[in-house]
Amino acid sequence: MIEYVWLVPLVPILGFLFNGLLGKRVPKWLVSLVGCSVIGIPFLIVILIFREYLQLPADAKPVEVVVYNWISSGNFNALAAFLVDPLSLIMMLVVSGVSFIIHIYSVGYMHDDEGYPRYFSYLNLFVFAMLVLVSANNFLLMFVGWEGVGLCSYLLIGFWYEKQSASDAGKKAFVVNRIGDFGFLLGIFLIFWTFNTINFREVFSIAGTNFEVGSLVITAITLLLFVGATGKSAQLPLYVWLPDAMEGPTPVSALIHAATMVTAGVYMVARCSALYVLAPVSLTVVAIVGAATAILSASIGLAQNDIKRVLAYSTVSQLGYMFLACGVGAFVAGIFHLMTHAFFKALLFLGSGSVIHAMSGEQDMRHMGDLKKHLPITYWTFIMATLAIAGIFPFAGFFSKDEILYKSLVDGHILYWLIAAAAAFMTAFYMFRLIFMTFHGESRVDHEVLHHVHESPPVMTLPLIALAVLSTIGGFVGIPIIEGANVFHDFLAPAIAHVHRPEIHYPISFEVSMMVVSVIIALLGINTAYRMYIKRPELPQIVTEKIPLLYDLIYHKYYVDELYAATVVNPIKVGSDFLWKGVDEQVVDGAVNGSAGVIEWLSYHIRKLETGYVQNYALAILIGVFIIAGYYLGR
Amino acid sequence: MNLPILSILIFFPMLGVVLITMLSRENQWVIKWTTLVVAVLEFIFSLPIWFRFNSDTAAMQFVERLNWFPSYGISYHIGIDGISLLLVLLTTFLTPICVMACWKDIQDKVKEFMICLLFLETGMIGVFCALDLFLFYIFWEVMLIPMYLLIGVWGAPARRIYAAVKFFLFTMFGSLLMLVAILVLYFYHHKVTGVYTFDLLKIYGLQIPFQMQFWMFLAFALAFAIKVPMFPFHTWLPDAHTEAPTVGSVMLAAVLLKMGTYGFIRFNMPLFPEAAWYFVPLFSVLAIIGIIYGALVCMMQLDLKRLIAFSSVSHLGFVMLGLFTYNMAGVQGGIIQMINHGLSTGALFLIVGIIYERRHTRLIAEFGGLSTPMPIYAAIFMVVALSSIGLPGLNGFVGEFLILLGAFKVNKIYAILAASGVIFAACYMLWMFQRVMFGVVTNEKNRNLPDLSMREIAYLAPLILFIVWIGVYPNTFLDKTKASTANFVAQMERAKAPKVALVDVIKGDIR
Repeated sequence: MIEYVWLVPLVPILGFLFNGLLGKRVPKWLVSLVGCSVIGIPFLIVILIFREYLQLPADAKPVEVVVYNWISSGNFNALAAFLVDPLSLIMMLVVSGVSFIIHIYSVGYMHDDEGYPRYFSYLNLFVFAMLVLVSANNFLLMFVGWEGVGLCSYLLIGFWYEKQSASDAGKKAFVVNRIGDFGFLLGIFLIFWTFNTINFREVFSIAGTNFEVGSLVITAITLLLFVGATGKSAQLPLYVWLPDAMEGPTPVSALIHAATMVTAGVYMVARCSALYVLAPVSLTVVAIVGAATAILSASIGLAQNDIKRVLAYSTVSQLGYMFLACGVGAFVAGIFHLMTHAFFKALLFLGSGSVIHAMSGEQDMRHMGDLKKHLPITYWTFIMATLAIAGIFPFAGFFSKDEILYKSLVDGHILYWLIAAAAAFMTAFYMFRLIFMTFHGESRVDHEVLHHVHESPPVMTLPLIALAVLSTIGGFVGIPIIEGANVFHDFLAPAIAHVHRPEIHYPISFEVSMMVVSVIIALLGINTAYRMYIKRPELPQIVTEKIPLLYDLIYHKYYVDELYAATVVNPIKVGSDFLWKGVDEQVVDGAVNGSAGVIEWLSYHIRKLETGYVQNYALAILIGVFIIAGYYLGR
Repeated sequence: MNLPILSILIFFPMLGVVLITMLSRENQWVIKWTTLVVAVLEFIFSLPIWFRFNSDTAAMQFVERLNWFPSYGISYHIGIDGISLLLVLLTTFLTPICVMACWKDIQDKVKEFMICLLFLETGMIGVFCALDLFLFYIFWEVMLIPMYLLIGVWGAPARRIYAAVKFFLFTMFGSLLMLVAILVLYFYHHKVTGVYTFDLLKIYGLQIPFQMQFWMFLAFALAFAIKVPMFPFHTWLPDAHTEAPTVGSVMLAAVLLKMGTYGFIRFNMPLFPEAAWYFVPLFSVLAIIGIIYGALVCMMQLDLKRLIAFSSVSHLGFVMLGLFTYNMAGVQGGIIQMINHGLSTGALFLIVGIIYERRHTRLIAEFGGLSTPMPIYAAIFMVVALSSIGLPGLNGFVGEFLILLGAFKVNKIYAILAASGVIFAACYMLWMFQRVMFGVVTNEKNRNLPDLSMREIAYLAPLILFIVWIGVYPNTFLDKTKASTANFVAQMERAKAPKVALVDVIKGDIR
C-alpha cells in the first residue's frame, strides 16, 4: 500500500474537481457524499499505510515514492515524490482524520448555504494541499502545498465574498502569508545552491556530515525558512491575519485556522530539525518568537468578547507554545502538542460553531449566557476540550503542554518557563471566562433569539463527540516518566534530530513536582475566572476601570494592525501613487511627450521658412554663397 | 516528404488574406468563418514542428535557405531551435483564439480587421523564424503596420490615434539604430572575411572587438528594450494596451512583447557576448526596477487594461532578469516565462475584454460583485489571476521560480529584490479581483450581466488547459528548450566581460 501514498493527496482533488465543475448540477446529497468520502478514503489509506509501515524492517524505512519528475532544469530537479516516515505519517493521520470529522460536521453547518458545492470543493482542495505539504519529500513540493493551503485559506476566509470584511480578511491572509513565503522561497534557493539538491533526506545527511554546528549558511537557511513559518503559523510579527481569518465559516476556522494549516510551520521546523540543531542562533530565535507570541496573544485573548476571536488568539498562543518547544530542541513535544491541539482546538471551534448556529449567527459572548441547558452535548464536549487546553490531568492537553513546560525549563531557560507558565495561567483563565460567559451565569440572550436556541443535529454533534473522545484520551500515547510508555516519542524519534548537549538527568520527583505545579497554575486560572465571572460578575468591570490604559491596549490588540497600516501599508500606497502620477506620468512619459513637443515646436517655426516665394529662396541661396565665399576668402 | 513547413506557416496566413480580399464585405459571417478556418488550419499545420522537433540538438531545424539577392549576401534563411519553437507555436495557438474572441466585438470594417490579424500572424512567425538579419528586419518592420492599424482604427475612440502613433514612433525609433548596427555588422563581416552576408549563423562566428560590441549591443538593445518593454522605455505600452481593441491587446502582450526578449537571446547576447556580460549589472537592475516599479504602479491603477499593462512591465522584468543570468535555470525560466506571460496575460486581456464587451467600460470602480451574476467567469478569472501571481501548480510559478533560482546564483541581492515583486503581485492582483468580483453588486448595470457564452468558454478553455499543464508538468516544454538553452549557456560561458572602466570604453581607450 505504501507505494500508493500518492493516492492520499490525489483523491481529495477529485472531489474538488467534481464539486467545482458539477456541484451545481447534482443533488446536494451527492455533493456531501463525494465531498466527505474523498477525505474518508485517504484517511483509510493512511491507516493501511501506517500498519504496513510498522511492519517494515528497519532498513527499509523511511520510504520514498517518486511519481514523476516535476521541474528539471540543468542540475536542478524537483520531483513530485512523497516521503513516508513517522513524522509524515503522524501528520497525514491527523490531517486526514480531523479533516474527515470536520467535513461531516460541515454537512450540517453549511446545509442551508447557497454556495454549498463551492464550499466543499474548496475544502477538498485544501485537504489536497495540506496532504501534499506534509507528505512531500522535498522543499519545493512542500512549497506547493504551503502556498496551496494559503490559497484555500484565502478562498475560504472570503467564502462569503459579498461581505467586504470577509474578502478583506481573505486578501490580508494571502498577502501576509506571501511575505512569509518570500522568506521560504529564498530559503529554498539557498538550500539548492548550498546542497545542490532539495530532497529532504539528502539535504539533511549532507548538512549532518559537512557542516559544523553554528555554520553561517545553515543559520541563514533556517532563519529564512522560519520567516515562512511565522507567516503560515501566525507568529510574531506576521500573526495579524489569523484573528481576521475568523470571517470564514466556523468549520473552516476549525480545520484550517486551528487544527491543520496553521500548524504547518511547526511541522516544517520539526521536519528540518536536522538543520535547526546545527543552528543554535535560529533555535533561540524560534524559542523567543514562540514564547513572545504565546504570552502576547494570550493576553489579547483575555479581553476579547467575540467567541471566535478568543479562540483565534488562543490558537496563536498555542502555536507559540509549539515553537517554544521546537526552539528548545523538544521537536517531538512540539509535534505532540500539535496533535492534541488539533483535537481540542478543532472541538472548541466546532463547539463555538454549534453555539453560533444555535444563536442564529450571534458571536458576541456578551449576548450569551446560560446556554448550558439548551445545548447539553455542545456544553459537555466543550468542557472536555477546555479542560484539555487548560492542561488538566488526564486530558490530552495536559501531557503535551506539561512536556513543553518541562522541556522549556530543563533544556531552555527559566525565563521561557516563566513566560510559558504565565501564558498557561491566562489560557486557563480566558477559556473558562469563555465557558462561564457562554454557558453559565445569567442569560443575556435576546428574546427573539432565545426562542430559536436548539441543540445541533446529530451530523454536527457526533463529530463533537468524536473529537471530545480524542481530546480526552489522545494524550495517553505520550505518557512521560514511565519507561516505554511514551509511544509517541519512541515512534517519532527516528525522524527527528537531537540537539547536541550534555544529557542531564533530573530526579523523577522533580519532574512530577513540575507537573503538579503546572496543574496548579491551570487551576488558579480557572479559579480566577470563576471568581470574576460567576461569583462576582461585577468584578470585571471594576478591574477594567482600575487599569484603563492597559485594558485599552489589550482590548485593541496592542494597536498592531494600526501600526502596520501606518508604517507599511499606507506608505506603500502613497509611494505607489507617487510613482504612477509623479514619476511615470510626469517624468518618464513626460520626457517622451516633452521631446515630441520640442520637435513639434521646432517644426512649427522651421515651417515658416518654407514660404513658397522664389525670391526668399533665392535670397537664402545668395546669403549662403556669400558665407561660403567669405569663409574661403577669409582663411 | 520534405515540405518547407516554416514557409508554409509564414505564408499560409497571407493566402488567407488574399482569399478574404476577394470576399464581399457585406458578408461578415463568411469573412469571420474564413479567417477562423485559416487560423485553425495554420495551427494544425504548426503541430508537426512540435512533434517532429528533435529535442536533443541545439542546431537549427526545419531550415530553408534560398539566395534572395545573392550579390548583396541577402538570403531567405529560416529555421527554428528550442527557443523559437515555443514562440512560433504560441503565435499559431493564440491567433484562432483571437479570431473567436473578436467575433462579436468587431462589427465595423470586419474585412480589414481580419486581414490585419492574419497579416500580423505572418509577420510574427517570420520574426521568430528569420535567420538572416535582412529578412528579420523586414519582418520586424512589417509587423508594425497591422498592429498600428489595429490600435489606430479599431481602438477605443478617445485616444487611439495618440496611442497608435506613440507605439509606432517608439518602435521605429528603436529599430533605426538596430538597422545601422546590422549594416555595420554586414560591412565588418566583409572586412574580416571578404564575404558580404546578412546570414545570422555566419555572423555568429565573428570575433568582434569589445569596443565595437559595446556600441552594437546598445544599438540592438535599444530596439529590443523598447519592445519588451524595459523600464524606462515602457510608457508606450500602457497607452497602446489600453486603447487597442481586445484582440490587439492580446496579440501585443502575448506575442509582440516577446519579440523584444527573443531579440535579446537570439541576437544581442550571442552576437556580442562580451558586451552582454559587461551589461549584466545594468540590465539586471533595470529588470528589477521594472519588476518592482511595474507592480507598485499597478496597484494604484483605476483602469483594468492599464493595470494589466503595467503588470506586463513587471512580468517581462522577470524574463529579462532570467535571460541575463546566463545559467540553465535562469534562461530556461526566462524562456518558459515568455510563454507563461503570453498565456496568462493574453487570457487576462480576453477576460477584461469580455466584461468590456458587456459594459463598455474598463474602470474598476464601475464593477464589483460580478461573482454573483457571473460564477463561471469568476472561476476562470480566478485561475488566470492566480497563474499571473505565480501560484505553484500553475504555469507562472515554474517560470518565476526558475528565474529567481538562476538569479540567486548570480547575485543574491538581485533575487531578493526581484522576489519581493511576488508579494506585490499578490497585492495588486487580489485587490483588483476583490474590487471587480467580490462584494455585493452596487451598480445596477452589473446585476444581470450574462455569464460566459459557449463561445467564450470555448476559447478560454484551451488557455486554462495550458496554464495548468505547464504548472503541473512543465517538463513537456522545458525538455524542448533544454538543448538550445544549454548551447546558449555554453556559448556565453566561453566569453567573459573584460575588466574595463566605462569611461575608457566610451573614450575608445582600450587595448
